[in-house]
Amino acid sequence: MADIVQPPQRCAGSIRNLALQATLILLVAGLVAAAVHNAAQNLARANIAHGFGFWNNTAGFDISQTLIDYSSSTSTFGRAFWIGLLNTLLVSGLGIVFATVLGFIIGLARLSRNWLVARLAGGYVQLIRNVPLLLQILFWYNAVLKSLPELRSSIELPFGGYLNNRGLFLPRPEFGPGIDAVLIAFAVGIVAAVVMCVWAHRQRKRAGTQVRIVWPALGAIVGLPLFAFILVRFPLSFHNPNLGRFNVRGGLEILPEFAALLIALSIYTAAFIAEVVRAGVLAVSAGQIEAAQALGLRSRTTLRLVVVPQAMRVIIPPLTGQYLNLTKNSSLAVAIGYPDLVQVFTGSVLNITGQAVEVVAITMAVYLTISLFTSLLMNLYGRSVAIVER
Amino acid sequence: MKRLATAFAIAILLAFGLQAASAQTLKAVKDRGELLCGANGTLAGFGMPDPQGNWGGFDVDFCRAIAAAIFNDPTKVKFVPLTAANRFTALQSGEIDVLSRNTTWTMSRDTTLGVDFAAVNYYDGQGFMVHKALKVSSALELNDAAVCVQQGTTTELNLADYFRSNHMSLKTVTFATADEAIKAYESGRCDSYTTDSSGLYGERVLLSNPNDTIVLPEIISKEPLSPAVRQGDDAWEDIVRWTHHAMVDAEELGVSKSNLDDQLKSANPEIRRLLGVEGQFGESLGLTNDWVVRIIKAVGNYGESFENTIGQGSPLKIARGLNALWTKGGLQYGLPIR
Repeated sequence: MADIVQPPQRCAGSIRNLALQATLILLVAGLVAAAVHNAAQNLARANIAHGFGFWNNTAGFDISQTLIDYSSSTSTFGRAFWIGLLNTLLVSGLGIVFATVLGFIIGLARLSRNWLVARLAGGYVQLIRNVPLLLQILFWYNAVLKSLPELRSSIELPFGGYLNNRGLFLPRPEFGPGIDAVLIAFAVGIVAAVVMCVWAHRQRKRAGTQVRIVWPALGAIVGLPLFAFILVRFPLSFHNPNLGRFNVRGGLEILPEFAALLIALSIYTAAFIAEVVRAGVLAVSAGQIEAAQALGLRSRTTLRLVVVPQAMRVIIPPLTGQYLNLTKNSSLAVAIGYPDLVQVFTGSVLNITGQAVEVVAITMAVYLTISLFTSLLMNLYGRSVAIVER
Repeated sequence: MKRLATAFAIAILLAFGLQAASAQTLKAVKDRGELLCGANGTLAGFGMPDPQGNWGGFDVDFCRAIAAAIFNDPTKVKFVPLTAANRFTALQSGEIDVLSRNTTWTMSRDTTLGVDFAAVNYYDGQGFMVHKALKVSSALELNDAAVCVQQGTTTELNLADYFRSNHMSLKTVTFATADEAIKAYESGRCDSYTTDSSGLYGERVLLSNPNDTIVLPEIISKEPLSPAVRQGDDAWEDIVRWTHHAMVDAEELGVSKSNLDDQLKSANPEIRRLLGVEGQFGESLGLTNDWVVRIIKAVGNYGESFENTIGQGSPLKIARGLNALWTKGGLQYGLPIR
């Protein structure tokens, strides 16, 4: 790291810079305030309703997937907003998980010494990267829908589920009164596992002894809640779906729109993550791998202990970008009718209330907040895996 | 997406732009040399281009009538296809002069969107269409059905209300455009598709198997369809309103495209006032006194336009029903031109 010559701290230039920056901030704030005021005046003059009063008005329309309670007659537009937001977060969150797992596998597969595996992975990346996401979503939606049977010829799954072109219907778990004890036991189990791992880590640092802690920790996380579950007499029942005339009633419903969007987003983003992972692994200098082999480590151990930790430093920043892309791309749900934030809020709510400016501004602010939060978390993680320079 | 881009554009315009001169639409149209008409683009019978790209339909005829009244040339119209989602923002921002796109006149739209509705040119109601194979004969049998609907329409709201008040449960699948909703209906994703009854007939004609679909008899709402203009320009609103009433008056008085030349020589004072032989009614609108003659020559009277686009002379074959003249048991009542 080269030494950087620092200029002397106190000089007239720094006061001038501060003054300039303060003026610029005031100017920008003034412009924004003037724009907002001008917009409000223009809206009032054109007799278009403005303000945020619409938030508490009754929505009146139905939404096909609601993770929290919603009724078209009593729920407000604000409630519809939260429903849309939860749907977006659900598909984005699951998409991030699947895309990361698949992306890592494909990325490492592309570096494999097996010629077929490497070429297949390479082909996957080239194909998926170059087809627009919207087309892929429509493809998966039509493929998913066309391949599933009609309601009357539903596939019956074991444990009382149904699979047809209206969705996947599974028995819905309903929790009885004793479930709090199980949840508390679960939390205690996690805490116990963390304590055990920290203790084992400290033992290794201090005394050099390796304590096998995986099974006891897992036992705590799984066994304690299971024990509590048995103790409280199994507070779990299943609400089975019933095949009706038009639809399946009851049970846990997974919409084909949700499945298609999730599959498309995961596969698409996995292709990009694969390339990011490949770049990260190639960035680890060859000397590290040679040294690990000289020490007698097997290739799997080398990968786990030497290559991936060093590669993560290079992978984290572009990976963050891919996560943000996935979250924003989930707004393409409009094309297939999945009720995400854009579809519910800037689709139905915007057109029923007519207040385009407020609705679009809120939606942009929400996506900005989600993106900033995601990059904050990733930056924190990145800092924890960064090399500590002496 | 185009809808968000339009919404963002009007946000920028409102924020930084000057207020568009609102009372000058007629002058702007005349200077431009053509009328900008917001149309549907995908609804057979109401507003759709044919395979050669020529626009035709009931709402299209109305815009051509306005253009004929102003320019004496019904082809001086540019049709802007709009979805239910961006039709009002297009009108509010000045992208179009008049919205003639099977739009329902409701109180909230009239009061909160900054638009005015000129005159009801089609009395409609919301209905359902279902697959014939389901053996359903009434909308009340649709408990638990999956229904495809277009978002941003009164249809979405009426559907929820109807199912709730009849104690039926419902699964809605909403789409941004009618095309996507129809495709989902055809693929079996939903049991039923709902929209205005006129739209149902229009969409059924375009299905790959029209005979596998029936339209249920229930009409569950009032949908008075009316062309819309921006608020604040009363002169322009008058032109749009009186174009409709002139067409209805012409049908009431028996003036049609075929007998126009004979009617110009009529002694009936009402016909003489209608066709501008007497009085200065055209000039009071800012047009010429033969404005109704231009309209009739271009698209015919209300009944002729109806029959050619959506009535018995078209594939849709919609009966006049509520849209017959008031003297024949319907609701179309031409206001007097005097």
